[in-house]
Amino acid sequence: MIAEAEPELKALTMTVDNQTVNFTEGETIYQVATRHLGEKIPTLCYDDRLEAFGGCRLCVVEVEGMRAPVASCTTKATDGMKVTTQTAKIEKYRKTLLEMVASENRSVDVDPLSGYASQELRTLVDHYDARTGRFAGKKSGTSNYDDKNPFILRDYDNCISCYRCVRVCAEQEGDYAINVMNRGFATQIITEFNSELRDSQCTFCGQCVQTCPTGALGDAKALRATEVEGKIEKTRSICPYCGVGCSVDIMTRGQKIVGVQPAMDGPANKGALCIKGQFAFDFVQHEDRLTQPLIKQEDGTFKEVDWDTALDAAAEGYRKVLEKYGRHAIYGVASGRAPHEAAYTMQKFIRAGFGTNYIDNCSRA
Amino acid sequence: MSNPLVDMQKPDVIFAIGTNMTECHPVAATGIKKAQAKGSKLIVADPRRIRLAEIADLYLPIRVGSDVALALAMAHVIVREGLVDRDFVADRTTGAEAFFEHVGQFTPEWASKICQVPATDIETAALWYGKADKGAIYYTLGITEHICGVDNVQSLCNLALMTGHIGREGTGVNPMRGQNNIQGAGDCGAVPANFPGFQPCNDPTSVEKFSKAYRREIDGEKGITKVAALNQCGNGIHAMIIDGENTVVSDPDRNHCEHALKSLDHLVVIDIFMTETATLADIVLPATSWGETDGVQTNTERRVQRLRKAVEPPGQARPDWWIVSEIAKRLGAHGFEYHSAKDVFNELCELSPIYNGLDWDRIDKGEYQWPVPTKDHPGTPILHIDEFKNGRGIFKVIGYRDPAEVISDEFPVWLTTGRRLQSYHTRTQTGRSAGIDYLLAEESLEVNPEDLEAWGLKDGQTCKISSARGSLEIKIKASDVSPRGTVFTSFSFADVPVNILTGSGYDPITETAELKVCPVRLDAIPDA
Ligand code: SF4
Ligand code: SF4
Ligand code: FES
Repeated sequence: MIAEAEPELKALTMTVDNQTVNFTEGETIYQVATRHLGEKIPTLCYDDRLEAFGGCRLCVVEVEGMRAPVASCTTKATDGMKVTTQTAKIEKYRKTLLEMVASENRSVDVDPLSGYASQELRTLVDHYDARTGRFAGKKSGTSNYDDKNPFILRDYDNCISCYRCVRVCAEQEGDYAINVMNRGFATQIITEFNSELRDSQCTFCGQCVQTCPTGALGDAKALRATEVEGKIEKTRSICPYCGVGCSVDIMTRGQKIVGVQPAMDGPANKGALCIKGQFAFDFVQHEDRLTQPLIKQEDGTFKEVDWDTALDAAAEGYRKVLEKYGRHAIYGVASGRAPHEAAYTMQKFIRAGFGTNYIDNCSRA
Repeated sequence: MSNPLVDMQKPDVIFAIGTNMTECHPVAATGIKKAQAKGSKLIVADPRRIRLAEIADLYLPIRVGSDVALALAMAHVIVREGLVDRDFVADRTTGAEAFFEHVGQFTPEWASKICQVPATDIETAALWYGKADKGAIYYTLGITEHICGVDNVQSLCNLALMTGHIGREGTGVNPMRGQNNIQGAGDCGAVPANFPGFQPCNDPTSVEKFSKAYRREIDGEKGITKVAALNQCGNGIHAMIIDGENTVVSDPDRNHCEHALKSLDHLVVIDIFMTETATLADIVLPATSWGETDGVQTNTERRVQRLRKAVEPPGQARPDWWIVSEIAKRLGAHGFEYHSAKDVFNELCELSPIYNGLDWDRIDKGEYQWPVPTKDHPGTPILHIDEFKNGRGIFKVIGYRDPAEVISDEFPVWLTTGRRLQSYHTRTQTGRSAGIDYLLAEESLEVNPEDLEAWGLKDGQTCKISSARGSLEIKIKASDVSPRGTVFTSFSFADVPVNILTGSGYDPITETAELKVCPVRLDAIPDA
């Protein structure tokens, strides 16, 4: 191994809104400012998991000595730099930008069920009081309503060409399923052959939906619950499918699970999910669920009973086998799906109950 | 996994064998794609031209069940070319010389005949992996679901040991666990050989520890596996309790399995749906589901994470731990007076050395990967950094064995089985999630288009597929993913019970079923 020369540790500093802050080589102005001052700079085309793109210009800041404002998400911080994030001029510029964007879209008010980032545009427009009819009449994009897939709504009347979906698909998913066609008012997000997503490389991971800041791409399954009453609550949990263990937020309205969103800070997934974790949640409240203990009758059919009856009968069955055949006639199979507490009590049931190690789980199949 | 998931982006060379990762572990697969974007090389060995194979820098379409031959020949090349990490081997391992001598006979040319891939490609794979600074191996059930599953895993370990590709960032031998909490079931001691925390059932100190904790004498020897137990149903085993698994559909040789469960005196099944297995039970108890239960789950990188309840369960459904504890109490067993999942988990932490440093509140954010032996321990993202669990890494001298059944005149085609992206296991869950049918409505048998022509079959036609154990009807789908002479299907749909066909043998050590390989015959069904 070639010994690398110890990099000289010189302290890099800059000022942001008159505060002196330090940073490391390679960081952008946006990263430094946000780390020290919180989310003061507005963004639209930015997703911190992706390469900065510099498309929307909302994140512009003034840098002393530079004539024009610069996009803070793509401009690297340099030693001694003096940055101002909110001058009257910049705020006005941002407002104008937002007014243009807002007026091109059919609606800035999208249902929060649409996706994780779906409220970004609306929040900014309200913050800058940028609702206006100035550019009314011109509409960008067209809806591709033909796509009958039940997961992803494609409503390009709300597309603002931030390319977040395209980039998340390429950079995070590595799938390159979609791209942007045309520019300006005619913008559309398309698949390889401008076809339905099902016929493209798309794996329905939902990443594009969750990063879309306008609801142009929406979570079609969650949106089925638009009419359900109640505030949307989120409960942090872990996906019930594979061994990756992605962190998710279960979205509920009252007692109904209406959707799943990825946890951007999930230790195993950092905001990623697959089709199962993202869209296959509604088995939980399916009408086929077992709701009552059941005991098989002489004729082979099951009869609903109360818990005490069922548990007494369950115990009685083991007691009889124990008496007749001994401890080693009873076997326990734990689940590889249920939580630890299920597997732990199951093995304890066998060991503490019968003193054997006649226990296994389903990993052998 | 010996290494954490974030490490997937760090190796120079990734050797993925027997893993259809883009379909089974899609989120993990994105790590590999990112590594490639940064310049790492990807070697894929898999009989089927899966998506991972499409993006590989080197693809080895090996014949089903020939993994050991490939690994032996790679070891041969690594020795021959002097790519062995001598320091690592001397400091950390034992049995190297015998192994290096053993592989002298297994040339790439020899393996080429068995694996049916060019010798030069085997050579290249060995050179890439052998020369890498950080080489990492990833595998899934394609490696373990064979009669030689243990041999397969050990021959991969041999490769990592001889090159020192283990115990460092971006290296390791990394199995990807299939089910969400299969790792956790093992951690919790739901295995016949170990108490919680992998403390052996035949170790007197552990036996004493648990006999004391559970207030009753426990056998000092291992129990039998589930496979053995199913074989003894009605003749040794007379009662079972099964929690949340659809044994009848997921296990090999379905007829045998159904018969076994039917011959029990007493069967209790705990589940959230009336599965095919539950219908055979005397008593069916309704459990709470994901989203309705607080609990803990361990992922494939040994990360211990919390599940949380978001809604109330339907009707009378109760948590599994409550149900099992209630039965235990009625049988007079001690120590089942739990009030919450937290009580249960904290008891596990007290009894398990790898969890000693954890408790319910500490794992709130999921930042720990076991072992976490003490409260001030930061967790262990990478295993085997300075030492292997039992001291030195042991080279195992392994030879190649044919699968339990090989193709013949009667059954001339290889069948291999697996999973699909859109469905999960026996579909008790994905099958009940709206929209999934739009993408995957029915099962099909994937056959290479050239084979279809050669065998006089047509895309979309239903054919009869038979093995030595049984036969069923299935719709044919032409697919370039299947190589010539090998067909593929999944075991997800109950109406196409593919596991009627499989089950030709078991690994003698783990008793894992040979689900991946089974010789079959296809016959056209004449139009009615
Ligand atoms: S769902 Fe995933 S794969 Fe499909 S277009 Fe969106 S990001 Fe790409
Ligand atoms: S979201 Fe997909 S990749 Fe993540 S744990 Fe669930 S099944 Fe696995
Ligand atoms: S956020 Fe910087 S240009 Fe869009």
